Amino acid sequence: MTIDIKREELLISQLADLLINDNHVAVGAASPIPGAAALLAKEEARYLDKRLRVTILHSSRYNNFTDGARELFDCAAQGRIDTFFLGGVQIDGQANINLVGTGKYPHTKKRFPGSFGSPLMYFVVPQIILFREEHSPRTLVQKVDFISAPGVSDDKIYRPGGPKYLLTNRALFKFNKKNEKFSLLKLNENETSDTITKLTGFDFDIHEDLSYMSWPDNKRLDIMRNNVAPMVSEFYPEFANKIWGV
Amino acid sequence: MKSFEEFTLKEIVDQIEDGFLLGIPADYSGVPMAFTKELINKGFKNLRLYCLPLTTIQGDMLIGSGCVSEIETAAVTLGEFGLAPRFSEAVEKGNIKIKDSTCPALHAQLQATEKSVPFMPLRGVIGSDVQKNRKDWQIISNPMKSAGVENEPILLLPAVQIDVLVFHAACADRNGNIQIGRRRELATLAHASRKVFVTVEQVLETDFFEDELSAATCLPSLYVDGISEVKNGAWPCMLPGVYPSDNEEIKKYSLAAKTKSSFDEYMKFFLNS
Repeated sequence: MTIDIKREELLISQLADLLINDNHVAVGAASPIPGAAALLAKEEARYLDKRLRVTILHSSRYNNFTDGARELFDCAAQGRIDTFFLGGVQIDGQANINLVGTGKYPHTKKRFPGSFGSPLMYFVVPQIILFREEHSPRTLVQKVDFISAPGVSDDKIYRPGGPKYLLTNRALFKFNKKNEKFSLLKLNENETSDTITKLTGFDFDIHEDLSYMSWPDNKRLDIMRNNVAPMVSEFYPEFANKIWGV
Repeated sequence: MKSFEEFTLKEIVDQIEDGFLLGIPADYSGVPMAFTKELINKGFKNLRLYCLPLTTIQGDMLIGSGCVSEIETAAVTLGEFGLAPRFSEAVEKGNIKIKDSTCPALHAQLQATEKSVPFMPLRGVIGSDVQKNRKDWQIISNPMKSAGVENEPILLLPAVQIDVLVFHAACADRNGNIQIGRRRELATLAHASRKVFVTVEQVLETDFFEDELSAATCLPSLYVDGISEVKNGAWPCMLPGVYPSDNEEIKKYSLAAKTKSSFDEYMKFFLNS
């Protein structure tokens, strides 16, 4: 059964599992997989007679804002967004993220787009899910070269939000705020804690409930392919076409 | 006499001096690409860009053409088509000054100017390298006893005054009011700019203030210094509610911009298109 499920569909399914308790999920720039996951969670909530609000910034249809581009940040600061997704050129073991570049700032060796809204969103949204498909010592590093947004802050700083999970195409980690460290929670098939250790540039703990990622069942796949795919094609046409041919 | 000033693109460009701080709208709020061609043709060297909060092909082209000395932004990206190559190379080589910021800070600095107060506070950001590299930002301890957490460290951002803002919109009415729909960040930009010029797809024989709905979604002409009617003025970028972005063209650009020589070839064609 697993053969005809795409890798992206597995990741969408993993992310959707993390959204079941939310009232409002927002999705920022360049995030087709998180966007699809949020809409999947919304559709599934609807079947359970629950309401999940989804705001996708790059969509005009799935967007709840009318007060301009600042509304996302004001809304998040007010505590009205439960989950947001962030990525990183590099992510380190303390959940610091780097969206700016590698090498010494400012004349970085390799310059990437920039920090976007991460320096605020990371502080105020209760559940930040870090998502980076590539799982390698190049992306998951001991120490990031530039901190776009820090994973942890000292107690004096106002910070109701922060990192909760990190998903890659090989594993799901949970972030433990107390010891400022990730713990390995789920593995993709073909991975072991040893392969993950080899491919991860930072030290992490092994969660006591370590298990394999569960594949989406047929019902979920149906919703994803029939309901979510056409929605995603409105704001990420290239992605929707590549994965679902819509 | 028309109740607003009509400008040609060249006349708008003539209002700009080298060294000016230009307001740059995001890819979703009406990028004035036809105007950008004229701007590049004029051969500026020291324009400073203030992006709200990011830029795509407009910023990358201006940088690649050598028009920019400084950029304050949350990101420069070609979206689904990857990195902005001319921007990345200019930063790596140190050819432009980069003031790395974050979206809410770029908004807040203009909101301070809207209110004519010298600074605006913002939560978050503290402890990031974005904050640590901004000598123009300050951290104070919250002085308010009645709000927030006492003595909480809080970031202060300076008010920023933009010299000239140019953006593209769907339409103006006969009185020079501009329809901006839900793209309210354009109003923030306009309020914080000394001069505002707008290119529009068309001028309508109507008055947006006669109807509650169109009044609520327009930028009043009192903030607008001149209007130029330019069909397809955002191409190849999107114009919200009017046309989508020309993804084929942006893809073509993203490939051409990878090297300086193929970028120059592309721009010869683009500036004459």
